[in-house]
Amino acid sequence: MSEFDAALAIFTQETEELLAQMEYGLLSLEDNPEDMESINTVFRAMHTIKGTSGLFGFDHVVAFTHEAETVLDTVRKGERPIDETLISILLNCKDHTANLIQHSLLGENEPLPETLKAVGTDLIAQLTGIPASSATIATVNTSTDQVTLTSCNQGSDDNWLILLKFRKNALRNGIDPLSFISYLKNKGDIVEIQTLAPELPSGHLMDPEACYLHFNIIFHSDLDKQAIADVFEFADDDCDIRIIAPHSKVEHYLSLLQEQTNDDETHIEKLGEMLINIGALTQNEVISALQQQNNHANQTNAMPKPLGEILIEQQFAEQPVIIQALKKQQSARERNIAEANYIRVDSAKLGHIINLVGELVISGAAMRLLVDRYGLNDVEEVAVGMNDLVSDIRDTALKLRMVAIGETFSRFRRTVRDVSGELNKQIELVISGGETELDKTVVEKINDPLTHLIRNALDHGIERPEQRLALGKPAQGTVHLNAYHDSGHIVIQIADDGAGLNADKILAKALANGFVTADQQLTRQEIFNLIFEAGLSTKEQASNLSGRGVGMDVVRRNIEILRGSVSLDSIEGRGTTVTIQLPLTLAIIDGFMVETENERYIIPLSMIEECVEMNPAEWEIDNIQHYISLRGEVLPYLRLGDYFNNRSRHTGRDQRESLVVVRFGQAKVGLVVDQLHGEHQTVIKPLGKVFEQLQGISGATVLGNGDVALILDVQALIQHAIKKRGAHVHATTH
Amino acid sequence: MINLAIEGKHSNTAQVAGDQFQQYLTFLVGKDNFGINILDVKEIIEINNITRIPKTPDYIRGVINLRGNVVPVIDLSARLDRQRSEITKLSCIVLVEVDVHGEGQVIGALVDQVNEILDIAEANIQPAPDFGTDMRTDFIQAMGRVDDNFIILLAINRILSIDELSQLQRVATNQANLALSDDTSNFKKLDNSDEH
Repeated sequence: MSEFDAALAIFTQETEELLAQMEYGLLSLEDNPEDMESINTVFRAMHTIKGTSGLFGFDHVVAFTHEAETVLDTVRKGERPIDETLISILLNCKDHTANLIQHSLLGENEPLPETLKAVGTDLIAQLTGIPASSATIATVNTSTDQVTLTSCNQGSDDNWLILLKFRKNALRNGIDPLSFISYLKNKGDIVEIQTLAPELPSGHLMDPEACYLHFNIIFHSDLDKQAIADVFEFADDDCDIRIIAPHSKVEHYLSLLQEQTNDDETHIEKLGEMLINIGALTQNEVISALQQQNNHANQTNAMPKPLGEILIEQQFAEQPVIIQALKKQQSARERNIAEANYIRVDSAKLGHIINLVGELVISGAAMRLLVDRYGLNDVEEVAVGMNDLVSDIRDTALKLRMVAIGETFSRFRRTVRDVSGELNKQIELVISGGETELDKTVVEKINDPLTHLIRNALDHGIERPEQRLALGKPAQGTVHLNAYHDSGHIVIQIADDGAGLNADKILAKALANGFVTADQQLTRQEIFNLIFEAGLSTKEQASNLSGRGVGMDVVRRNIEILRGSVSLDSIEGRGTTVTIQLPLTLAIIDGFMVETENERYIIPLSMIEECVEMNPAEWEIDNIQHYISLRGEVLPYLRLGDYFNNRSRHTGRDQRESLVVVRFGQAKVGLVVDQLHGEHQTVIKPLGKVFEQLQGISGATVLGNGDVALILDVQALIQHAIKKRGAHVHATTH
Repeated sequence: MINLAIEGKHSNTAQVAGDQFQQYLTFLVGKDNFGINILDVKEIIEINNITRIPKTPDYIRGVINLRGNVVPVIDLSARLDRQRSEITKLSCIVLVEVDVHGEGQVIGALVDQVNEILDIAEANIQPAPDFGTDMRTDFIQAMGRVDDNFIILLAINRILSIDELSQLQRVATNQANLALSDDTSNFKKLDNSDEH
């Protein structure tokens, strides 16, 4: 959907609401004429509709609502009493406005049908008490007269009329008119040929090598238009061809048009497409007509002529056919407008549905459990079928809440504009990936962190124009907002081409504040990510926008609450990129259930790379430094049971363990568990505020048997495993 | 058991008619009888499977599934700095709704036995003494006199304060991390000795 269409959809929705409010206001005025609030509501409705219609150039609506608004204004000021007659007139006005809007939506400034116009003038007369004639209605385009087809169809009803006007160069280009006509004979009966030479000059001016011949052929054939046109295919460049369908064909086209159903209901067929489909036009005819339309528009700089008019003028097609096709197109358009209607749903209701679907998923799991336990083979099939349906319903229900992130992104245009003015910087905001969808609840919560990061980019990142020019950069800085999907996550990037970050400066600051110790060896990436620690700001002077060292940690916390992560990369002097990864939804995920020390945990399936047996015979395992060499790849691993210090039951690990390899971004880590239980549709239940600080666990879910299982925070576990391993490496290198 | 409690309430009402009453649910934690205002109690449920939450302090027993919602359960005994409760046939979870910045959150309190609902006349409710108990004084709302005995009326909103629970938990998590890094330093020594 284009931006304009999207805006139009909102307009439709909004006006509908306004009109409903107006009606409600008018009806309550009937009971209580003194109610100022209702009068204001009615006035506001008309006023707003007038305003927004103006934006879309719906002149009819503007003209009419203007009159209504004027009258309502006098009522509002108490200059005119409101009584039952006025209310009923106004109610009619409301209906009329709705009709006008409906009409305007069919196409910009389509001529107003007489009936609507009459109603409008009548209503205005009633409203103002002035006779209809003096009403100031803006009529935009009243010339609805159809262009008349000049040529009538000669001959009998079943015959084609073919008009061939060979150009003067035809003979020189090796075209022999006669050969076409004789070839035409093979395709049908030539009833009559008229040979004309209207442009033949007098004797001495005549060029013997030029072709002055025109032929009017009355032709009888069962072929369709395209087939006839194909006969003259080679003469296309040297001959103007008009093929006029017989009357019977016209009727045939009309009925074809009638029958033709559009499979894809949201797609409005173009006039040309439609006519080609039924065979009333050939491809070439449409192309040439479109060219003419373009030329005409370019020459006169005016609105292009409607294609239908050109087609009729050029005798490419017959008037009744075109009119019918236009009608059909119109009705498709109307239907489309009706279908594009959104239903506004209270998000609480959607939330409720998603909760119910969650319960359904859990009940489904419970049922599966029973089916498996009692070995009910005949139920098995039904259960599997139902399970599939439940997954489908789950996905659909979650999609209901998906919205494109574009709207959130475009809100920052204003921020960038205002802030760059305030800071005397020239900054352009580039947005891409706005169509990427994610859960509305996530969108709502991502706004604050995004605002903060963008403000940071504007304030810290982009330099002043003179500085930029001195550095050989364009004076205008760029902030790029980008979004895309990656393995069950949405990735949002905020990139600027500003000053970038100085890793040494950050490290010095972090050392001074005691975040790190001097003997720690940090990668560039790790140093940059120190910026997300509380109380670390490299900006010497705090501005009212940012730089107080609070904020980045809040950003990280907010994102982590959404089970996401944030990282930063920068090249000094070139710019900074902040990357946010967020889960697509907060409600239901595909999970993978594992068991360790008799406790069950869920790992988000999208983060699992593979599962292998933790077999020392197969892989080289270092039990002290906790890494495993998996097909040559060295992977840190974490024993889940140890990490969750479940020391209640330290068995001798005689049973086989499994290694679940999880990935987040670039980092990969193995988690050692006792048992794998397989995939599990996981309804995420929040653990609540009590466990906000909990590490390694991101939520909980209810299993089929009613027990609660915990969902692992893979990202935190990965970080922990890597950090731990880092410590070991560090220890051994000493 | 609930029926019994209601009977008790009736008999009490008859005894001290005409006075202002507060109703309290009484229960056993260890060997002591405590009461909480009945208005704080949402529900009393049997114990089903409690899922342990790793890396949490002792007094967090875990979470339960309450009709599809995940509800934390606090071991009241451990929270009052005593032994962890042993789960018996008589153990119950008292569900309490506490206020978290304007939003209600349901928390379960694990108790050893639920006794009855008592009507205590307001005249018989006295402020908590500053000393003489082994409990944090801010956990005690008041003392209720029933006949010749005093019952400690708990300030359940303080005891189950979400802010405090989550804060304490962070300390616990950090300690767990510290413990892990202790492991690390042990390894470090180990490694060093290997090198020598």
